Amino acid sequence: MSNPDLARLDGVSLRFGNKSVLNNVNLPLHNDCITTLIGPNGAGKSSLVKVLLGLVKPTEGTVWTKPSLRIGYMPQKIQIDRTLPLTVKRFLQIPHGYNQNDIEAALASVGAEHLVDYSIHDLSGGEMQRTLLARALLRNPDLLVLDEPVQGVDINGQTELYRLITDIRKERKCGVLMISHDLHLVMSSTDHVVCLNKHVCCSGHPEAVSADPAYIELFGASHASTLALYNHHHNHSHDMHGNVVEGDCCGGDHA
Amino acid sequence: MLDFIIYALIAGLSVAIVAGPLGAFVVWRRMAYFGDTLAHSALLGIALGILFDINLSLAVVLCCVALALGLVAMQRQHWIATDTLLGIMAHSALSLGLVAISLLDNVRIDLQAYLFGDLLAITPEDLKWILLGGIAVLAAIYWLWKPLLAITINEELAQVEGIQVARYRLALMLLIAMVIAGAMKLVGVLLITSLLIMPAAAARRMSATPEQMAIFASMLGSVAVVGGIALSWFADTPAGPSVVVCALVIFLLIFFAPRPRA
Repeated sequence: MSNPDLARLDGVSLRFGNKSVLNNVNLPLHNDCITTLIGPNGAGKSSLVKVLLGLVKPTEGTVWTKPSLRIGYMPQKIQIDRTLPLTVKRFLQIPHGYNQNDIEAALASVGAEHLVDYSIHDLSGGEMQRTLLARALLRNPDLLVLDEPVQGVDINGQTELYRLITDIRKERKCGVLMISHDLHLVMSSTDHVVCLNKHVCCSGHPEAVSADPAYIELFGASHASTLALYNHHHNHSHDMHGNVVEGDCCGGDHA
Repeated sequence: MLDFIIYALIAGLSVAIVAGPLGAFVVWRRMAYFGDTLAHSALLGIALGILFDINLSLAVVLCCVALALGLVAMQRQHWIATDTLLGIMAHSALSLGLVAISLLDNVRIDLQAYLFGDLLAITPEDLKWILLGGIAVLAAIYWLWKPLLAITINEELAQVEGIQVARYRLALMLLIAMVIAGAMKLVGVLLITSLLIMPAAAARRMSATPEQMAIFASMLGSVAVVGGIALSWFADTPAGPSVVVCALVIFLLIFFAPRPRA
């Protein structure tokens, strides 16, 4: 990772009342690099993204961003009330008044140019995700932040979306931070994986992380579907064995 | 001779025109209950205005804004849900207003007029305030339209894209508070929300853009005002409820109209 830093979280902790959501997280984000954040439900992935975006203030620690960093954000899903009549074009125009050409180009780059005059309420899951991605791209971002970009998309569509994200990164050389449930799906389209469960359990190259005991403990050998069951007890066990594999796995991140 | 009916018409149309776009925001942002709570607090504003001897419209706006700010502060806690909170505030504010007014010994107040409106008692002085306030609110909506729409679509996206969400949310509350102060004369505190949401809801079916919906809402609201005043004039019914009944008829007509074939 010799690329210049775009943004960095340093020792970020987040608590709501007595509930610890994030614990001493360090995360650098680089130019021209796809970082994938994985972890079970309730691991604090979305919270971490919100801290990075400045939507939530961390209880401790700091967020540094490159001066005048442009972030394109694709939220997990957005709910627009059906009473609001809105076409895709209008959705992309607001609030910065991009012109027709910009909008068509952004839609074309996500393979959704035919949606321009659709009502935003008539889009399928995949079409909505593409539209949100187009909106993030319209800002010509240095850093793309994608919160579960394939949510509500069927399995073929998921592969396609991940390929699209890889292409966008290749073309624009921007940094990408994305959240995913499933490492296997994003393995080929990611450079750096951070496995989060309130703290950073392990991080590194995708292959290294998938072989990491901390990762296997978190997700089970190949049982991504049972990951919700793993939510709590692993916290204790791997606080005790601080295995260090390639990357900075289970290093000094624990509190 | 017929001055009072002219005043009533001008005041009613001003409020209906301003209520169109704001009502659209109330519908889009699901703030109907919030609007109701602000409206209920208007009566407390009247009582306080009389007590401290300040302009009553100003007192209503200040009271609504104070309540809105209180609500925002209370929403930071997590043990009571917002709708419960709104219910507590709405009825407390209304009751506090009623109790406070009854304690004002030296003043005779026509409570009915504040609760259900007294459109036909509008004075030239009232009219001046309604017109000035209406123009100010319309200008503000025009000026803030894009950011308000952006925070209505999605607040997080708007925030990340550099819009000061909290500031615009506050501006929207202030504008709604001003409309409530104006609309109180027209339909009274208990019926104000209907003037905001019924024309906007009716306008939804005929609109393809947010702007169209705002403009149609103003137009439908105006029709309801004219119809309501006419009904009140010819059938000797109370003006405020007559306006609301007209708005209901318009809403039902549009709601059950056959869908045009595209």
